[in-house]
Amino acid sequence: MGPNLWHNIDEVAAVILFGIGFTTLLLHKNMIKKIIGLNIMDTAVYLFLAAMGYVEDRLAPIVENGITDADAYINPIPSGLVLTGIVVSVSVTALMLALTIRLYRKYRSLDLDEILIRMQKEEQR
Amino acid sequence: MSFVENFPCFSIVLCMAAGILSTPMKAKQAKCMTMGLVVLVTCLSFGTLLHVLSTGSSFVYTMGRFPAPWGNEIRAGVLEALMATIFSLVMLCSLAGGMDHVFRDIAETRINLYFILVDLLLSSLLAIIYTNDLFTAYVFVEINTIAACGMIMIRRSGRSLIAATRYMVMSLIGSGLFLIGLAMLYDITGHLLMENAHEAMIRLVQAGQYHMPLLVIISFITVGLAIKSGLYPFHSWMPDAYGYSTMSSSSILSSLVSKSYIILLIKIFYRVIGFDNMISSKIVDVLFVFGLVGMVMGSVSAIMAKDIYRMIAYSSIAQIGYVYMGIGLGTEAGMVAAVFHILTHAITKSLLFLSAKGLNDVSGRKKNFRALQGAAFRNPLSGAAFLVGSLSMVGIPMLAGFISKFLFATAAMGANPGKVLITLIVLAVSTILNAIYFLHTVIRIYTPLEESAGTEGSRGRMSVGAAAALFCLIFLNFALGLTSQPVTDLLQTGIEMFG
Repeated sequence: MGPNLWHNIDEVAAVILFGIGFTTLLLHKNMIKKIIGLNIMDTAVYLFLAAMGYVEDRLAPIVENGITDADAYINPIPSGLVLTGIVVSVSVTALMLALTIRLYRKYRSLDLDEILIRMQKEEQR
Repeated sequence: MSFVENFPCFSIVLCMAAGILSTPMKAKQAKCMTMGLVVLVTCLSFGTLLHVLSTGSSFVYTMGRFPAPWGNEIRAGVLEALMATIFSLVMLCSLAGGMDHVFRDIAETRINLYFILVDLLLSSLLAIIYTNDLFTAYVFVEINTIAACGMIMIRRSGRSLIAATRYMVMSLIGSGLFLIGLAMLYDITGHLLMENAHEAMIRLVQAGQYHMPLLVIISFITVGLAIKSGLYPFHSWMPDAYGYSTMSSSSILSSLVSKSYIILLIKIFYRVIGFDNMISSKIVDVLFVFGLVGMVMGSVSAIMAKDIYRMIAYSSIAQIGYVYMGIGLGTEAGMVAAVFHILTHAITKSLLFLSAKGLNDVSGRKKNFRALQGAAFRNPLSGAAFLVGSLSMVGIPMLAGFISKFLFATAAMGANPGKVLITLIVLAVSTILNAIYFLHTVIRIYTPLEESAGTEGSRGRMSVGAAAALFCLIFLNFALGLTSQPVTDLLQTGIEMFG
């Protein structure tokens, strides 16, 4: 367990970060902190993918000095996945921020509980 | 390669292109283009279905002609083509039925944006159904979420904004779990295409390696998709999201979006993880238990709901519970029943939402049940449609809902002995609860108003499109109920083609 854990320290860190982001997104009442949580969660997955895709002593998958042997380079697919994932998470973050702005303009608060209370007051009026 | 094999790819790409083209258009033009597109996609999907049936085997379409381990693939079998056909048909009916509300609820200048979202949603639904690549599935799951969230928040009331926020948070949690599950799966199998990942998976299981990570992966993927489709303990976003958005959106969200994730889950179970590994991982038992709890709790909440839209939304939770219960039985018959119920629920729930809208329109747009009294006399077609939908959900013979309950019951008899009795009992209890709230509403809308009460709202005049949509959905309901054998045979062959 011990040496294995140390050997995979990047992945362990990624999973812990994933947990932090996950709980923040799920449990925090503040919209901005929720979005931060979302970003931590997504970034943790990218760290996981990048750490898994890295092989020691190999180069980034761009042909350099005419070396065409595939063994000299790491697998480019995990990096490609990370890039695609970043695009997805940027667009989702943008959408969440837009929602937050709308909510703030309407209820003058970022706290979800507070927003719910204000909405109910507004409906009763 | 025959020309028909391009159809799945065409329909996905056409939807995306139409979404982009809608941007500069006026509301009317965008509407015409989207409706035309959905009709076209329905025809293309039906063509694919006929082709797959005539050749008797599924086909794989390689995007850009890159061969297997490197390229990206689309795969169409009987199940995929059938789902695509029914989904686009239901999409068409939901749009036609709720069109007057779309034009009423959304500002004139922003209606074309609504159609962009519809196009995107359809393309992502089709891509989720057809794709053979796990990461592509993830990307389209996210596109689906974004489009669905946009469809909720486009009606700018405070309620729908909060509903969209809740929907988004729960969906993102689901996608996060799904994504990390996929990342781990990719790490241990080294493939993203479903077939190659499955081969690697078989090797790993035979060698007895990575037992624990596999279990973690299966649970992450399953729980992620279950959260996104609204399985019982994760359902809190559903009633608001379905109750406060414009009617077409509610209908599309409840009948199609949540189902597409279940289809993806079934696909991953069969084509990546393998049916036997899935059973031995015991995750199906977890789904089974939560499905059963959802069947009862969804119906109980529906009985206590204060307005008709929320009642129908809570009923969706119970129906999602049915589907997961069917998957949880862990037999092929259970899976066929679950997929059949996906079809039934897609058709019936959109019928219920659209007819509830029609009834609501002639009752002064008040949402409580009292206002609905006698609404079926003011708008006879919506009344009849609601009656058919309710009877189908309760499970009256000749309607689609009866067949799915029948299939669930027969599947339960063949399942693990420990599950037989509890399934049958919960099925019976849930049917009674369904009957309580649906028939209560049906009686309410067919009770004539007293003379002194004064008529609230006028007689309803439905647009031709809305009436046609209701007729089409009623017809589909009867068709599925009366000719269930060919459809179940199709589903059977479709699921066998997965293997």
